[in-house]
Amino acid sequence: MKELKVSAIRDGTVIDHVPGDVVFKVVDVLNLEKSSETVMVAANLKSSRIGQKGIIKVSGKILTKEEVDKIALLAPNATLNIIRDYKVAEKASLSVPDVLINVIKCNNPNCITNNDSVKTKFTVVSKDNIRVRCHYCERYIDKEDIKVL
Amino acid sequence: MDINHRASILIGESMNFKGRDIISMRDFSKAEIMHVLNTAKKIENGNYSNLFSGKVMASLFFEPSTRTRLSFESAMNRLGGKVLGFADKGVSSSSKGESLGDAIKVVEGYSDVIAMRHPLEGAARLAAEAASIPVINGGDGSNQHPTQTFLDLYTILKTKKTLEGLTVGFIGDLKYGRTVHSLAHALSHFGAEMYFISPDSLRMPKDDLNDLKAMGASFHEVNDLEKVIGKLDVLYATRIQRERFPDQLEYEKVKNSYVISKKTLQDARKDMIIMHPLPRVNEISEEVDGTPHALYFEQARNGVPIRQALLALTLGVDV
Repeated sequence: MKELKVSAIRDGTVIDHVPGDVVFKVVDVLNLEKSSETVMVAANLKSSRIGQKGIIKVSGKILTKEEVDKIALLAPNATLNIIRDYKVAEKASLSVPDVLINVIKCNNPNCITNNDSVKTKFTVVSKDNIRVRCHYCERYIDKEDIKVL
Repeated sequence: MDINHRASILIGESMNFKGRDIISMRDFSKAEIMHVLNTAKKIENGNYSNLFSGKVMASLFFEPSTRTRLSFESAMNRLGGKVLGFADKGVSSSSKGESLGDAIKVVEGYSDVIAMRHPLEGAARLAAEAASIPVINGGDGSNQHPTQTFLDLYTILKTKKTLEGLTVGFIGDLKYGRTVHSLAHALSHFGAEMYFISPDSLRMPKDDLNDLKAMGASFHEVNDLEKVIGKLDVLYATRIQRERFPDQLEYEKVKNSYVISKKTLQDARKDMIIMHPLPRVNEISEEVDGTPHALYFEQARNGVPIRQALLALTLGVDV
């Protein structure tokens, strides 16, 4: 029997195939540090698909749309597994949506979204090499400059 | 404004602007731009002294802008409308920490249309989302100033009789000049050949050039006006601001290369027009004012019929 590097969870979400360099960013944007549920994080695991990968398991958590969009931006090739009673009940690959609401922080300090109580909204203008444009201040942000909320 | 209305406009079902917001030039098709310009022409040449009778415009200027504000107010007053508002953030409740959305929701109860300027980029879009009455953007930070672009286009159309296939030079601070970015974008609809004339440090931003490329626009970046002036139908000048230069020596070096004088105009076509969003400092010598090239004061006057057209269209009054 294959030995699991990270213990199985009964119910919750497993985020697999997370590239090594963004594992802790995903933990951070999902605010898992403050979770009261069991959270297991493994990094630098061998992966035949992406070389080195990370895996994040969170008990009792179903991700919101905003959270899924955040992961899609950080780790577009990750897979999501919904676990029920130790079994994979649903498996989903991620895709970046056309519009991102409350997912990214606008990096223009003079944008109204950084100065007023309003959710950020971005149009995804390129999905291959991710590029977005702020719905409010109309500035473009390239992938390397994107700050996930 | 409701989404279905916006969608019906976008797919060309109607040219009905009633209730529409005027936020960004990106929101307008070529046909819609022409509709605004034609409406301005009709108003300017017609007798519409009571067009805005019974209508109230809220003039919300969260930062000072004498020219734009007066032009909006003149547009409304001259056609029988009324104006209320403020011209300084200090007298609005935003200085007490009120959110922009709340401020707009209050003001919409007092008026039929809102004209606003705000120092933050995206403020007009947010205000439009909060308001159920139309919002016209009179400038949101360094982002958009669509009424300026419409009046620039109107000025060109009035003088050249067409917007199609013109050769237009932009000179000065092309990096920070939002009027340049918007006008260049709008002219791309009309097959303009554009020359961007500036020192290297004040070139058009890469993002704007990429947008122009995506629209199939034809443009060239050059350093010297002399080399291209003979080709131009329109020369659009902007102010080079000293504070944009981290190195003052560099400013001193370039400031005079971009001053338009009678001598600079020796090789210009006789019917080439010079435009400027004003205020100017020294980028156009006063000796140019008396030449047939100088169109900047007429350009400022054109702000009134253009704003009247935008007010009439968004208010849905018949022209």
